Amino acid sequence: MNDINYKAPPVVRMEHICKRFPGVIANSDVCLELFKGEVLALLGENGAGKSTLMNMLIGLYKQDQGTIFIHGKEAVINSPQDSMALGVGMIHQEFMLVGNLTVAENVILGIKDLDFVPKMGIIKRKIQDISEKYGLAVNPDSLIEDLTVGEQQRVEILKLVYRGAEILILDEPTAVLTPGEARKLNEIIHKMLAEGKSAIFISHKMDEVLEFSDRVQILRRGVSQGVKFTKDIKNTGELAMLMVGRPVLFEFERKPYDPKDVKVKLENIVVSGALGARNILNGVSLEIREGEILGIAGVAGNGQQPLSEVITGLCCSTSGKLFLDGKDFTNKQPLAIIKEGVSHIPADRGKMGIVGDMSVEDNLSMKKYRTAQLSKGPLLKRGLFRSFANNLIKLFEIKTPTKDTEVKFLSGGNIQKTILAREIDSCKGILIAVYPSRGLDVGATQSVRESIISQRDKGCAVLLVSEELDELLMISDRIAVMHEGKIIGTVNTKGADIEEIGLMMTGIRR
Amino acid sequence: MEFSLEKREVRSKKLVFILPIISIVISMLLGAIILLACKVNPIMTYFYLVKGALGNKINLLNTIGKAIPLLLCGVGVGIAFKLKFWNIGAEGQYVWGVIGITWVMLSGKWAELTAAGTYSNASWVMLFWAWVPDSLLLPIGILVGMLMGALWAGIPAWLKAHWKVDETLSTLMLNYVVIKLAEYLYISKWKAPLGNMGTPDIPEAGFLTSFGYGGKLNTGLFMALAVVGIMYFILYKTRWGFELNMIGKNSKAARCQGVSIKRNIVIALLVSGAICGLAGAIDTAGITHKLTKGVDSGYGFTGIVIAWMAGLNPIISIFYALLMAILRTGAFSLQIKMGLNSAMGDVLQGLILIPLLATNIFVDYRLVIKHYKKKIIDKVACKEEE
Repeated sequence: MNDINYKAPPVVRMEHICKRFPGVIANSDVCLELFKGEVLALLGENGAGKSTLMNMLIGLYKQDQGTIFIHGKEAVINSPQDSMALGVGMIHQEFMLVGNLTVAENVILGIKDLDFVPKMGIIKRKIQDISEKYGLAVNPDSLIEDLTVGEQQRVEILKLVYRGAEILILDEPTAVLTPGEARKLNEIIHKMLAEGKSAIFISHKMDEVLEFSDRVQILRRGVSQGVKFTKDIKNTGELAMLMVGRPVLFEFERKPYDPKDVKVKLENIVVSGALGARNILNGVSLEIREGEILGIAGVAGNGQQPLSEVITGLCCSTSGKLFLDGKDFTNKQPLAIIKEGVSHIPADRGKMGIVGDMSVEDNLSMKKYRTAQLSKGPLLKRGLFRSFANNLIKLFEIKTPTKDTEVKFLSGGNIQKTILAREIDSCKGILIAVYPSRGLDVGATQSVRESIISQRDKGCAVLLVSEELDELLMISDRIAVMHEGKIIGTVNTKGADIEEIGLMMTGIRR
Repeated sequence: MEFSLEKREVRSKKLVFILPIISIVISMLLGAIILLACKVNPIMTYFYLVKGALGNKINLLNTIGKAIPLLLCGVGVGIAFKLKFWNIGAEGQYVWGVIGITWVMLSGKWAELTAAGTYSNASWVMLFWAWVPDSLLLPIGILVGMLMGALWAGIPAWLKAHWKVDETLSTLMLNYVVIKLAEYLYISKWKAPLGNMGTPDIPEAGFLTSFGYGGKLNTGLFMALAVVGIMYFILYKTRWGFELNMIGKNSKAARCQGVSIKRNIVIALLVSGAICGLAGAIDTAGITHKLTKGVDSGYGFTGIVIAWMAGLNPIISIFYALLMAILRTGAFSLQIKMGLNSAMGDVLQGLILIPLLATNIFVDYRLVIKHYKKKIIDKVACKEEE
């Protein structure tokens, strides 16, 4: 770590920041200081107010109360342009890049004092200079859509540095990276720190925070829980306590691994891509047995989601066979597959998992409304919806004002619990869970994982797609690693070598 | 002071009822400004408008009679809108209803005329329904009208479901196809032997029973109300209604739950077109009794407005259908009593819509007024709530 002068005035100081949204206090009297040359990690559960706080620093929101000082001067930040002029730039979780433009074009996009016809030669040279200086290896002429996620992230960093950002805010930057890429990012950031730049790093992953940061500030429900020097922190348990407010379990009770019959079987499944593009799935074969969790590891976008959609009937395969309970279900309609007993926790919970404009009650009933439990012939038994929903709300501890509240008003964790309640309640032997804990806080993550394990213990065959290796190691029985639409290898979780899995994620089989 | 909109956590049920009333008052005030600018007394204008629409039994029945096709078009369009399928083709589906019922009912007439030797142009298509006995003219006529409307809506639905053809364009364009076809029929092919346009009247056996008093209201009213009841029941009480709701609000999620999007779009649009076709059939059997100029009366387009104002709820559509009917019939009397151009009726109709659609936002959002003076109090509150 660099030597940081904590006696010097901080480059950023946020004083007594309050920000409210209807019904929530996002930030309450939060103070924050960032010193020159350091990485400050902002750690907290989802909804703790980390992103809100940073969005005020870059001018996307305006604080209700409190003052922001940058380089010691009070700053009025009304828009991202204002913050950029002050040298503050943010890299959002979702990249703000235009896919069919080149790297250089993206870098200059939105710069105001640009020549009418930009001198691309000079711009490219400047980009190359920055790339070399910080090890941000990208070709200024390649199209964004041809780059990997890791490279795209480098372009985002380039963009900020090109515009003269001195203070970088990174919102969960490693969420989309392989462990190797994450390490590379760490190097890049530290090269910048040596230059006198500073960074704020938003995350809810504790081990990552310990690895990357100089200091950690913890937020819980919009309130700062204090700042710690990373080197003084002994273990993640201590951080988790501060973050969640209670001790967190990292181990789950489970029955010993004893797989029975094959429930799901894929034989050489191929899903071809758009004309001329490479195959989305390229000959995937796998088996999932009763009472086991098969984890799918891999960097996002390597075919995990299409794989889950082939099994749930949402995506048609070009060739290959799908068997459920030994019966051929290749390219059958989703309804037929649901009736066979397949439950699905989809990757995008807002777009695929729920109907946001419908009530919690309706959303909970969306699988069973067609069974005799909730309807009689073509007629709905509305009265039974109510008790059915109330039951699930209690069982899965869904926090909702009423069962008639529209689901979109619930927090991410409770939306996921709603989906989980519906899917697990209707599950008859096969559960396909895609990124089930993505974006959830520690508490909600734990209950999601517990539910999945309990399904396995009941004899379900579970497919778990996750981008977090820790999660896969914690709850799955076997891990298959995907890369570019292929399964590179399968390992037993017991005694698995993380380095080996990491290598397989980049397509290398040792 | 600063104004801002905040999303409500629960839709305000109270406002759903109050807002239309407020917005109608606002639109009347706006209308008054325009009327004053035209140097007309607005109070008298509104008085005669309402009197012209509801003032005596004949006018009242006339207004209710006008509301029937409006209501049916509103309900029909509403089903398609429930799926976020923007069926702008109600007008064309309505015209198909008219063509369908006149086709069935005139077959006998053509046969008669041919037999009498006064007519020689009847093709086999025109004579296709000549076998239908008088007692079945009405039911078969209405069914054929509904079927035609359904097919005309089914075409864009199928194109959308299978090839993602944009429905706003296809449904809109298909309107003009059928309107021109109708024109060809009543000016040329199906023209009555006497006169220069319009088909002969349908046989009296095919008329809907009128309530008297000018004959503008007929038993079609009961059919319309039955359709409203059935559609309400289907949309809110059945599995299919639940599926339509899911598809309309999030089709991806509906698909994940095993609901077939393609099939439902086609079925829903067949129903939608059938109801719009029914509107045309009822209006023909009840009031116009023939296919002639003015068949594209704008009922289908007004139906879109009604569906939208009623929040796609069939029962609330009754209220808005009546409102639009009042404006339509009342506008005629403005011409007589106030010497106003009947286009003023259209102006007032348009003004009703704008405030209504504009105030709809307050059902989901509330207006918050922030006072900067309260800042200090806020700060304390902010701390307390920790």
